[in-house]
Amino acid sequence: MRHRPGGRLAAVACILLSFAAAAEIAPSDRRSGYEFMGRATRAMQDDDVANPGMLWVLDGAALWNRTAGAAGRACADCHGDAAASMKGVAARYPAFDPARGRPINLEQRINACRTGRQLLAPLAYEGRELLSLAAYVARQSRGLPIEIAVDERTRPFLDAGRAAFFRRQGQLNLACAQCHEERSGAKLAGNPIPQAHPTGYPLYRLEWQGLGSLQRRLRNCFVGVRAEAYEYGAPEYVDLELYLMWRARGMKMESPAVRP
Amino acid sequence: MVNAIVNVPAQAQRGEVIEIRTLVRHPMETGFRRTQLGELIARDIITTFVCTYNGAEIFRAELHPAIAANPFMTFTTVATASGTIAFRWSGDNGYAVTETVAISVA
Repeated sequence: MRHRPGGRLAAVACILLSFAAAAEIAPSDRRSGYEFMGRATRAMQDDDVANPGMLWVLDGAALWNRTAGAAGRACADCHGDAAASMKGVAARYPAFDPARGRPINLEQRINACRTGRQLLAPLAYEGRELLSLAAYVARQSRGLPIEIAVDERTRPFLDAGRAAFFRRQGQLNLACAQCHEERSGAKLAGNPIPQAHPTGYPLYRLEWQGLGSLQRRLRNCFVGVRAEAYEYGAPEYVDLELYLMWRARGMKMESPAVRP
Repeated sequence: MVNAIVNVPAQAQRGEVIEIRTLVRHPMETGFRRTQLGELIARDIITTFVCTYNGAEIFRAELHPAIAANPFMTFTTVATASGTIAFRWSGDNGYAVTETVAISVA
C-alpha cells in the first residue's frame, strides 16, 4: 500500500481542528465575567453614579467635542453625535483596516483618526485621554451584541489569535485555554476563574484602582504565566483580541464594566 | 476633566427622605506603598468630605488611607426646602473639589 502523506496530514489536521472545536465553550454555556462577580461589584457596575468608569466616559465626551490639531477638527465634526454614530461600533472591533492590511483595535482606530484626520500626535496607550475616548465610544454599544465580521481578510489573524489562545507559553507553560476554557468557574487563589470574554473593555478593575484596556489585562495574564509581555499595540495582542471578541460573539457589551 | 458625579433627585416632597449618591475622582495614594526602587510614595488622599444643604451641614466624613481610589459615598437626608445642596471634598496637596446641585421641594 502506498503512503499518501497529504492525506495523513489532512487527517491529523482534522483531528486537531475537532479537538480545538471540542475545547471551545459551547455558546449556551458562555458566561460574562459579570456573572462570576459578587453582588456588591455587580451593583457598582449597574449604577452609573457608583461605576467609576463613568468618570472616564464623561471625560471622553468632553474630548469628543474638543476641537484640536492642525485640521481644527473635533471627533464630533466628522462623526456628529456619538450616541447615534458610535452605536455598536465598539462591538465590531477589532476590525480590518485596509490601510494597514490587518485588523486594528478600537484604540488604534481612534489614533488613526487622530493622526490621519485631526493631524495630531497619537495618544499614548493606557493614557487617560485614549482610555477616556475608548470608554466613551464603547459606552455607546452597551447592551448590544458583539459582532465580529470574519472574512478571508481577517481569517488568518483570527486563526493566529486562536493559536495563541491554545498555545502553552511562559515559564509556567500554560495556555490561556487551560485556565479560561478547561478550568473556568474553578478557583485561582480564592477567586473564580472567568471565561475570558472581553465584553466590558475598557473596564474599571478594583485591583488596578483605575480603568484599563483589554491589552493591559492580557499583559497581566502574560506576566502571570511568566511569559514576556508584548509592547502595547503589538499585532499579537490585536490577533488575540480579535479571537476573544469573536469567541464572545453575540454576548452583550457592558462597557465600562467593573471587575474585581 | 470631570472630577465628581453626584446624584440628587431634582424634585422631592417636603419631609421626604432622599438619597444622595456621590462619586469623586481621586487616586487615594496611601503613603505606605513604595516604588520599584524602594522609595516611599507620598501620601495623597482626600481627608474631608462635607455636604451642606442651603448652607447647613448635613453630612461630613473623614477619609483615611485605607479607602479605595475614587471614593463613592451615599447617604440620605430629609428634603426640607428648595435650594442648593453643595458638596466639597478636600485633602492633601491642596486638593479641593466642589459641586452644587439644585433641588426643588414642593
